[in-house]
Amino acid sequence: MRRDTFPLGGVHPPQRKYTADRPIIALDPPAEAVVFMNQHLGAPAQPLVQKGDQVRVGTLIGRSRGFISANIHSPVSGKVIKIEPRIDISGYRRTAVVIETQGDDWEDSVDLDDTPTRKISFTPDKIIKTIESLGVVGMGGAAFPSHIKYMLPENKKADTLIVNGVECEPYLTADHRLMLEKPDQIMQGIEVMKKAGRISYALVGIEANKPDAIDLLAEKAKFYPGTEIRSLRVKYPQGAEKQLIKALLNREIPGGGLPMDVGCIVNNIGTAYAIYQAVVHHRPLVDRVVTLAGSGLKNPGNYRVRVGTSVREMLNLAGDQMPPDTEKVIMGGPMTGKAILDLGMPVSKGTSGILFQNRRECSSGPSLNCIRCGRCIAVCPMGLRPYLLEKLCRMKNFQRAEQERVMDCIECGSCAYGCPSGIPLVEYIKYGKNRVLEIMKKRREK
Amino acid sequence: MNPVVLISVLALGITAAVAGIALYVISRTFHVVEDARVDEIENLLPGINCGACGYPGCRGCAEAIITAADDGDITGFFCPPGGNEVMGKIARKLGYQAQRQMPTTAVLLCNGGMDKAPVKYRYRGPEKCFISHELFLGPAGCAYGCLGYGDCVQACDFDAIKIDPKTGLPVILEDHCVSCGACVKACPRNLIVILPRGGQNQRVWVACQNREKGAIAIKNCKAACIACNKCVKICDQIAQAVSIQNNVAVIDQERCTRCGTCVGECPTGAILANFSLFEELGEPALKDGGKQ
Repeated sequence: MRRDTFPLGGVHPPQRKYTADRPIIALDPPAEAVVFMNQHLGAPAQPLVQKGDQVRVGTLIGRSRGFISANIHSPVSGKVIKIEPRIDISGYRRTAVVIETQGDDWEDSVDLDDTPTRKISFTPDKIIKTIESLGVVGMGGAAFPSHIKYMLPENKKADTLIVNGVECEPYLTADHRLMLEKPDQIMQGIEVMKKAGRISYALVGIEANKPDAIDLLAEKAKFYPGTEIRSLRVKYPQGAEKQLIKALLNREIPGGGLPMDVGCIVNNIGTAYAIYQAVVHHRPLVDRVVTLAGSGLKNPGNYRVRVGTSVREMLNLAGDQMPPDTEKVIMGGPMTGKAILDLGMPVSKGTSGILFQNRRECSSGPSLNCIRCGRCIAVCPMGLRPYLLEKLCRMKNFQRAEQERVMDCIECGSCAYGCPSGIPLVEYIKYGKNRVLEIMKKRREK
Repeated sequence: MNPVVLISVLALGITAAVAGIALYVISRTFHVVEDARVDEIENLLPGINCGACGYPGCRGCAEAIITAADDGDITGFFCPPGGNEVMGKIARKLGYQAQRQMPTTAVLLCNGGMDKAPVKYRYRGPEKCFISHELFLGPAGCAYGCLGYGDCVQACDFDAIKIDPKTGLPVILEDHCVSCGACVKACPRNLIVILPRGGQNQRVWVACQNREKGAIAIKNCKAACIACNKCVKICDQIAQAVSIQNNVAVIDQERCTRCGTCVGECPTGAILANFSLFEELGEPALKDGGKQ
């Protein structure tokens, strides 16, 4: 088996995948679910329920609004007690539906059986419609509505479906466990996705640090013609779609472009499973696998939790509590995840992990001056000059930052990871990207 | 004599002579006549190149004034740091009537210091307001209040802003402030505005920009404007200067009589005055915060 990787930059953070051997445990629904209407990229959904309404698991409670948007389904059954703005992961107040759980009563249309079946008798359009109506979004972290990826414009054609089983972030093992425990379902999901995109060839990229998953899926792939499992050399950020395409197919997405520009559709392993569940079992995206990690935890592991479960509740359900020396709680992976401000923050469709770090683990020294060692340039997987971008963004020279291709930054954090001066490069670059985006938007309007 | 010395002296001497003549001829043929008045005006201006007038530095302003003067109208020019005095001198020099404007100063529109708006979580990112504003509501939970990392302090060229270590809020020293507006541009939450200094350097302003409903605002900050309308009601009998806009009280500085009644009336202490109200009201009307 060939071992490919992307050629430019990249870092090797310690992997710390301690939870890789912990089977996925399904947690009970929480006593109260906080369901945000903007769990996906794009326009927030329109809440369809009112205070006092009874909902069941899988009831549509938010309808997608606009082209890039996704439906939201109730993750628990019970009564809607509040619809109010709450602070979400971005730190700003967004509309959330708060549901008090009563029992666990699923919608009749949902097939709770999870045994793999090999029959798919849907047309591509029907599959895309089902994915759309059941609110499936990318489970890798960005939560891009999945159905849009398959709605290619007339002039574009995809020839390869890429399934992302890289999971290059430290600590996270949710996709790894999913591959080990639901291989048939995932392979089936890939078949569904191939059909939806009218693609005959699928490539599954898995990093070499998951040999058991590679072997298992390769074994299964023998029965699925047109699906190939590829082992990749371990390097961060291989799970970023641009890097993954480069590693697997040696194709490069043009600046500002999408995978479809090079004939690819990229989906996560978790998404493959969610699509399988949606299309075959008509099960909306109401739960997901989340890795709970942290050196101080008693029961770290991989848990299947309902969307809307708060971190506090998830800890309780897992029979654990926050370690007393916790300094920082991160939602997502340690490289690209976001720190949360209180434990009431709910798990959303894009949450792949929850990480508790103590003071030693998340200590970042004072930020010193740039010594121009060039390490950030060496590790940048996009071939940018992070030291320059950081300075331009800090000094608010957005015009020059745009010329230096700040918008190509994928915010992987490799530059800040290796910076000997401890400069928070990504924060400044993110700020600059937001401003440049505003400027570009204004220019387009003109 | 060593021939090397002789040759070098001669060669360099001739080069110098040729270059000198060339430079003289060039400077004569391409001579630019500068308006002598520009220098004079520039000397009258404060020379701090703050950019408050809207021109790149004092010389830029001087050139623009001369151009405008030749066109016959210098209204519209004002040097906030120099004030009426400087503008009067310039107008006299150019033979115009001086245009008077109210002196101004920068004012902070937030009173939610650490004592009134306790910090709820520790922010570990870069300590810049503009970055913090991008990411979160701010450690106190108020999406409109001062973040306190001092972008304005860094922007100020005149040492007019200091962070008060007790409250974590910037304090604007009016004596130093030239109202150049650098801090206004630096604040990502638009919490600093340029206000007229007011008669006898007295003014009253609402130190809150929280546009949330009162109940939410007061939860995060004890000094938030809760739009209770008390100030509006009391002022309607005096000057009709206060109104509620977007859940925040706004004082019309032109109508305000600087009586300070609303300051005592405000239940949360969101209205501030920069003068003592003790004599006027006969009793200590200010619970806390009345002075900046």
